[in-house]
Amino acid sequence: MSSVQIRDVRKSFGNFEVLHGVSIPIEDGEFVVLVGPSGCGKSTLLRMLAGLENITSGTISIGDRVVNNVQPKERDIAMVFQNYALYPHMTVADNMGFSLKLRGAKPDEISTGVKRAAEILALTPLLERYPRQLSGGQRQRVAMGRAIVRDPQVFLFDEPLSNLDAKLRVAMRTEIKELHQRLKTTTVYVTHDQIEAMTMADKIVVMHDGIVEQMGSPLELYDTPANQFVAGFIGSPAMNFLKGNVKVNGAAYFEGPNGVKLPLKSAPANSDGKPAVYGVRPEHFTIADDGAEAEIVVVEPTGSETQVFAKLGGEQVVAVFRERHLFNPGDKVRLKPDPGLVHLFDDATGKRLNS
Amino acid sequence: MADIALAPRRAKTEIREATAWDKLRHNKNWLGFWFMLPALAFLIFFLAYPLGLGIWLSFTDARIGRVGHYIGTENYEWLWDDSIFWLSVFNTLIYTFIASAIKFAVGLYLALLLNERMPFKALLRAAVLIPFIVPTVLSALAFWWIFDSQFSIISWSLKHLGLITQNINFLGDSTWARICVIFANIWRGVPFVAITLLAGLQTVQPSLYEAATLDGASRWQMFRFITYPLLTPIIAVVMTFSVLFTFTDFQLIWAMTRGGPVNATHLMATLSYQRAIIAGQLGEGAAISSAMIPFLLAAIMVSWFGLQRRKWQQGESND
Repeated sequence: MSSVQIRDVRKSFGNFEVLHGVSIPIEDGEFVVLVGPSGCGKSTLLRMLAGLENITSGTISIGDRVVNNVQPKERDIAMVFQNYALYPHMTVADNMGFSLKLRGAKPDEISTGVKRAAEILALTPLLERYPRQLSGGQRQRVAMGRAIVRDPQVFLFDEPLSNLDAKLRVAMRTEIKELHQRLKTTTVYVTHDQIEAMTMADKIVVMHDGIVEQMGSPLELYDTPANQFVAGFIGSPAMNFLKGNVKVNGAAYFEGPNGVKLPLKSAPANSDGKPAVYGVRPEHFTIADDGAEAEIVVVEPTGSETQVFAKLGGEQVVAVFRERHLFNPGDKVRLKPDPGLVHLFDDATGKRLNS
Repeated sequence: MADIALAPRRAKTEIREATAWDKLRHNKNWLGFWFMLPALAFLIFFLAYPLGLGIWLSFTDARIGRVGHYIGTENYEWLWDDSIFWLSVFNTLIYTFIASAIKFAVGLYLALLLNERMPFKALLRAAVLIPFIVPTVLSALAFWWIFDSQFSIISWSLKHLGLITQNINFLGDSTWARICVIFANIWRGVPFVAITLLAGLQTVQPSLYEAATLDGASRWQMFRFITYPLLTPIIAVVMTFSVLFTFTDFQLIWAMTRGGPVNATHLMATLSYQRAIIAGQLGEGAAISSAMIPFLLAAIMVSWFGLQRRKWQQGESND
């Protein structure tokens, strides 16, 4: 196990720069998730860590060793690919033991290593099968088994769950997290799914257009997103954004679209009249008499909670209630955001304004 | 939404009993038979009939312009004692074996090379195909000139380099002639092997190589443990075809040497042509041709077993 340091890493393909100076410290044994929309550079960064892509500038170190010019096989890392990349002509056992075989390990050494990994992942009955004879989840486990056999310093996962159906994805998510808790190997995990990031990570790194937007623990990112992008990316249903102006007229409040008055606990200094974006998470709405009037458009009950889509000042917002309100489309309700939990972002830069 | 007017229901016509004609009309096998008929007719007229006729002719004493009579296996008995026939069998086997082996090696090498990232890739791939698209007779004529006893460019070059003093008698010497026709055949056959194997190489997922890189495989190990095993099915196909084409080769030999010198380059196909068409002994020529059938069947059997789905190709995909 090892720590990993990514320092001011840049990557260009020809004249096109896809990573603009990314620095991420990863502690020994940490589970770090790189998350972001397609094309944000997260997979490229992972491949640079693996040694499959060159580093244009900056350094990556694993442990105390800068690995910029170290061959992939010398980096002591193992990677799980999105499509698993299992060798189709080899049995599960051969797939898992391939790296040991290349290393020149003795046959009994290989079979011991493979058996150990197979037991960890409950793959023992499948060892003589070929990849084609396995289900998606089983293949996924074989791919992880192949990584475990090598007992590497760092595990790399490149969107490993995106080829699985929804139910299996949830199950494998738990399995991977449990595996990490057991092996405590430093892990870097790439995904575009913020729920995966939230549920699995010790530390989330949100990337966008080749830069790091924010990094921190899942709840840190959820509770205090550094900017509007992170606020919108983390959380499902996504945070509601309403454009308007901060008003400080005695007490601070926010004037939303069409003059809707929304509560603010406090306004940032010198922000009277400042154009801003008001962010409120769906579960932070309550029904209150002093709330802003909204017209209900669609009601989606999911059993445990109810998602309500409503027009607030002409803008569509979504609110989530755990209690079972009996709403009908067209009903007028008064929605009140919890002033202590609202977010305020700069209209121009998207930066967070309130603390 | 429920108030959309529904069209009034039409009165149902009475359901009548299905007649035999109705049953036949809706029988998928009957329909399938009609769809297969054109292909069947084509196969019978253009493949089965000539093959059958050829085999029949080999049991007759037919000559050009004279209907033959059944003479049993007399043609074959005659060939059995014919040293030229056996020489042609020997030539054909040598020709096929050496040319196919080299075509495979060179073709695989070229395919691996063309599968690499390099500038002008598309252009190079197209260039590799050139020998394949030039008509055989045309390329044979070119080789004929290249290997000419007097005007050979090779002899000329070597002489000017001071390496030899006399022209090499390429097509006049048995060994040289065999080398020359085999060389020409390789030149012509390599593109087919190379392009087909290249197509096979491109079906190998790049991520397998990445995984192997991380697993610590060297270039050779990647070829040995990943590329080659994944390519075996396509190798079986391409080499079967290559062997069949080489074994039955006629044009190249006929244009370059006509089987000479002293029958050193006579293949079964050229000998058959010479005996049947030039000498007019249709029956004997047909017998020589028919004698190729067991060899070709053997080659097909080898590929049949080579082509059997491998264990790792079986089972359902859950993608």
